[in-house]
Amino acid sequence: MNKRVTFDGRLLPYLLVAPQIAVTLAFFIWPSGQTLWQSMILEDAFGGNTRFVGFANFAKLLSDDGYWDSVRLTMFFSFMVTLCGLGLSLLLATMADRIVRGATAYKAFLVWPYAVAPAVAGVLFGFIFNPAVGIVAWFLNKGVGYEFNYVINGQQALALVIIAACWNQISYNFLFFLAGLQFIPRSLIEAAAIDGAGPGRRFWTIIFPLLAPTAFFLLVVNIIYAFFGTFGVVDAMTKGGPAKATEILVFKVYNDGFRGQDFGGSAAQSAILMLIVVAFTVVQFRFIERRIQY
Amino acid sequence: MVENRPFLTFCSHFLVLLGIVIIAFPLWMTFVASTHDQVTMLRAPVPLWPGEHMLENYRTVLFEGFGTGAARTPLYVALLNSSIMALGVCVGKIAISIIAAYAVVYFRFPLRMFFFWMIFVTLMLPVEVRIVPTYQVVASLGMLDSYGGLIVPLIASATATFLFRQFFLSVPDELAEAARIDGAGPLRFFKDILLPMSRTSIAALFVIQFIYGWNQYLWPLLITTKEDFYTVVMTLSRQVNTVDAAPHWNWIMAMALLAMLPPVLVVVFMQRQFVRGLVETEK
Repeated sequence: MNKRVTFDGRLLPYLLVAPQIAVTLAFFIWPSGQTLWQSMILEDAFGGNTRFVGFANFAKLLSDDGYWDSVRLTMFFSFMVTLCGLGLSLLLATMADRIVRGATAYKAFLVWPYAVAPAVAGVLFGFIFNPAVGIVAWFLNKGVGYEFNYVINGQQALALVIIAACWNQISYNFLFFLAGLQFIPRSLIEAAAIDGAGPGRRFWTIIFPLLAPTAFFLLVVNIIYAFFGTFGVVDAMTKGGPAKATEILVFKVYNDGFRGQDFGGSAAQSAILMLIVVAFTVVQFRFIERRIQY
Repeated sequence: MVENRPFLTFCSHFLVLLGIVIIAFPLWMTFVASTHDQVTMLRAPVPLWPGEHMLENYRTVLFEGFGTGAARTPLYVALLNSSIMALGVCVGKIAISIIAAYAVVYFRFPLRMFFFWMIFVTLMLPVEVRIVPTYQVVASLGMLDSYGGLIVPLIASATATFLFRQFFLSVPDELAEAARIDGAGPLRFFKDILLPMSRTSIAALFVIQFIYGWNQYLWPLLITTKEDFYTVVMTLSRQVNTVDAAPHWNWIMAMALLAMLPPVLVVVFMQRQFVRGLVETEK
């Protein structure tokens, strides 16, 4: 799509795009190229000598059991975050859509967690589930009799990270689901109601299929969030522990690269993550093109 | 509502209210914790109702700081840093995106589409997947421990450029035609016509980018080593992870509340722009 009316100028357009291009080159394209290059070189411990090793870093990484543990963990984590986040927000949005009186006030109270930084969310949940003083942990230990200590129990730590990540993302999903619900023509729902379909039946046969595009879009966004956006939650709450029980891929890249100083291995991990992002982006764009068509 | 089902309506209200209460519970506990003294907050179970030490806790955190050595920087420094970073990211992003989009839409020049795609392909490479090399670039430019280093690498944004491009394409051609007939040059047209028309888009982007900038965590964690440049989110995380015999939960939670207050207020009070920005940037 092009404009019919344009302005003339030889130098001006280049000056206008220059800042954006400069920042993009310096902080996106060059580092991405560097990542690919570093993933193929080996640096000795003192940073002096580098040597080209081809795909040796990748081979080493892919034969490392620790890496595959982290891959499996990340898949499970993303699955749970996406499933819980989408399920709960769909429930809330469906209920909120039914409410006529006070709808705006309800919405205001549901959207604010989006504004909370993932790291702050990690701190909040770390506090209320803290084994020593956390109120929920206390209730679980004393009230229910369930032994809860996420600092030493890996499964509980993982569950807690999932809960905090969901909490952080729920308002985003809620807003998109609510917008999707309000976009559905009322006449369709009224027609179904006149034909005698109850609320449950209307939901599954009309509303849910019509929400599918929104749900698919949110699915991709949530998976990307679970893969990359949750670094803050993990770092502020568990630091990947206990015993690597919450070491998801994005945390491992950071940990191996900056703590472990294993630049080659970290770069190889980054390269793989980039591939995953690009794959998701392609899926998302194909979907967006489809959505624009109708 | 297509039919009157009192029980279902009641259920809807009940479930939504329950959701609100559960979602708000961590916030309430944060607030309660920030109003008690240290001793109360070390005895389980901690109280569920606010205490009387609110003002002194916030005064301590904001102006005196706590912890040992360099960690003892008062929080107003970090709040200031976060504000500078968030506003810098906002303004920088909007400024360079709007002029780049203007060039791409309103001019014909060689390499136009090449530039457009170059901006566009970077859309989805979050800083998390290329941290080590980006860090090295910033280090070699001498931008560690500076506001420039905190802000500039984050201002390249394909989403904002794309949003403005879409908006400019929807502006009627007659406006540019009329401006040209009246003898207005490209800069004049941009300043007097396009910019005022983009107000709502700019406001929507501003809200989204303010939250984005304020909530940055990994990036400031990497490139700052001096307390003078710490942002509030990373200060909070550092304080939580300090191993301490008796943690000052009252002060830590006061800090947490201050760390989330500005973006939450922005979302609550600019809800219309927020929702608009969210929907438009994700399209």
